[in-house]
Amino acid sequence: MKKNVRLFVLFVLLALVVGACGTPATVAPAPVQPTEPAAPAATEEPAATEEPAAEEPFRVAVVMPSAINDLAFSQSMHDALLRIQEEMGGESMFEIVYSENMFVVDDAAAALRDYASQGFDLVIGHGSQYGSSLQEIAPDFPETSFAWGTTVDTFGLPNVFAYEAASDQGGFVNGAIAASLSESNIIGVVGPIETGDAKLYVDGFKAGAEAIKPDIDVRVSYIGSFSDVALASEAANTHVSAGADVLTGTAQMVVGAIGVAEENDVLWFGTQSNQASLAPSVVVASQVYHWEGILAEMIDMIKGGTLGGQSFIIDLANGGEVIEFNPEYELVANVNTVAEQTIQGIIDGSITIDLGQ
Amino acid sequence: MISDLFSVTVLVGILASGIRLATPYLYAAIGETFAQRSGVLNLGVEGQMLLGAFAAFYVALTTGNLGLAVLVAMLVGAIMGLAMAFVTVNLHAQQGISGIGFYLFGLGMSDLLFQKMLGTVETVRGFPRIHIPVLSDIPGLGQIFFSQNLMVYAAYLLVPIAWFVLNKTTLGLKIRSVGENPEAADSLGVSVAGVRYFTIVLGGTLSGVAGASLSIALLNVFQQNMTSGLGFIAVALVYFGGWRPWGVLGGALLFSMVNSLQLWIQVLGIPIPSDIAVMMPYVLTILVLVASVSRVRGPSALTKPFERED
Repeated sequence: MKKNVRLFVLFVLLALVVGACGTPATVAPAPVQPTEPAAPAATEEPAATEEPAAEEPFRVAVVMPSAINDLAFSQSMHDALLRIQEEMGGESMFEIVYSENMFVVDDAAAALRDYASQGFDLVIGHGSQYGSSLQEIAPDFPETSFAWGTTVDTFGLPNVFAYEAASDQGGFVNGAIAASLSESNIIGVVGPIETGDAKLYVDGFKAGAEAIKPDIDVRVSYIGSFSDVALASEAANTHVSAGADVLTGTAQMVVGAIGVAEENDVLWFGTQSNQASLAPSVVVASQVYHWEGILAEMIDMIKGGTLGGQSFIIDLANGGEVIEFNPEYELVANVNTVAEQTIQGIIDGSITIDLGQ
Repeated sequence: MISDLFSVTVLVGILASGIRLATPYLYAAIGETFAQRSGVLNLGVEGQMLLGAFAAFYVALTTGNLGLAVLVAMLVGAIMGLAMAFVTVNLHAQQGISGIGFYLFGLGMSDLLFQKMLGTVETVRGFPRIHIPVLSDIPGLGQIFFSQNLMVYAAYLLVPIAWFVLNKTTLGLKIRSVGENPEAADSLGVSVAGVRYFTIVLGGTLSGVAGASLSIALLNVFQQNMTSGLGFIAVALVYFGGWRPWGVLGGALLFSMVNSLQLWIQVLGIPIPSDIAVMMPYVLTILVLVASVSRVRGPSALTKPFERED
């Protein structure tokens, strides 16, 4: 019996290890040795050869709640970091390390602390659920700069940046276009949980639709989950059965809803990432987050010695939010005008978004 | 506003989407019923589903052959079942914990394969809806019963088959006797290990199909952790259904109908906070479970490893 117990414990440990490998802590790309810039002659001691010329790479670590390819929140950050890397001259100048799928806040906190103790220049907690962890960790590493979002709260700490997306702005534009295109005057929204970035987008969308057509019926359903693809799909089905001819939704589980939109030939508006690839025939436009602008600002400040204390916001005016139209969907000319006027109006301040409550 | 719920459109909508939502539960829970009737609790269903979902999606994406995709999903589920059977039957492992191990393996492995082999969320052409001629044109009923996809129909067909096998065949008798009194079954010459291997592998196979029903029939996408707890609800539905296929069907339908009801409540703008609406199916399930728990008794040997005394 004892032998069996031991075997069993061994098995469970094995299963846990294998499970853990796949899910929470995929760290990549591994810190690559700067092989390219090394002179061809220097074979034995590449590290010591280019001391004077080579600049230390800027090192960023980021912890994300979902996968880097979720076509939503986490991907927006990963894509932004890759763009910065490209601008700064590749991996030898800008090193990115990430942990994805960190749904469990405890695990995320451990990862954040690990990264901080490894001396990264900037450690990002990409999820509002990581705030309280960062508040605890940041004071222990006064030399390291931290950033987290989406929020405006830096906790008054000198080494914490905060960032937020004015997702209500893109939501407003999407809503205005959606209302212009809707013939049934019923629009369905599939949301995850009624809070944070999702709620802001949905409320903005509703305000935008109502600004174009005051009598439009924007119906919102929150499915209570960020991962339940099946329920998101059924929520979309429900909207279509109830007469909606335009749908939108936010967070990573909406991939199920986009499929339903395509199957029923109902229009779709995306947010957080460009979702046109999933259903080229029905995706009209997506609000895309470009965090690279504010990240570049943060990096400049860090290089100048300021490690935090400021909060950033991306919006249409500063280019952090971009409405990306799907080239395969041909927008009617007069609706295109509505879209352009709405975007322009928000940027120059002539349109103010009233979120009601 | 509440009166909006009682229109034909809404009732038809609730029934049609309830039937769709119940499909993956049915495959997984019927498979689990076999395993539990033979005395094995398989908590790895969710992991088997995820691997099945990925396998089916990948095969459908690369070959376009949906039949092959389902077969591969079955095979992957069966292999997972085989491993589970080895651990529980031969090694006498504690079933609940090893099942969780298998769940984590499936979760991690399906994610890893997804990252390495696909890398991004894609869509696939899955089983189309079948519009049965004439019948699908019946107002209401047609939309509910006669315009679903093939995997939905197969799931419902599975219920009477499972009932028949469990109650009317020698195999079913063996399964039940192994789950009730393995010592007695063994003394009558029934191979306890053999029967349990069969039911666990069958359970794994059907869990694989449950995953496939999501990834290539109902949703036509694959995403990390896309089952999102569905496999665990399937295990609960076996208890809920009193270890009987028809009971499982009832439980799956009740849970799914209430879930689609809450979706309609939100869509119609009935002023109930979304958090409360989302809880409804779970609360109802717990209530029914509490009310029915004294009436049904599970297999006596459930979760108990069998060690033959020589």
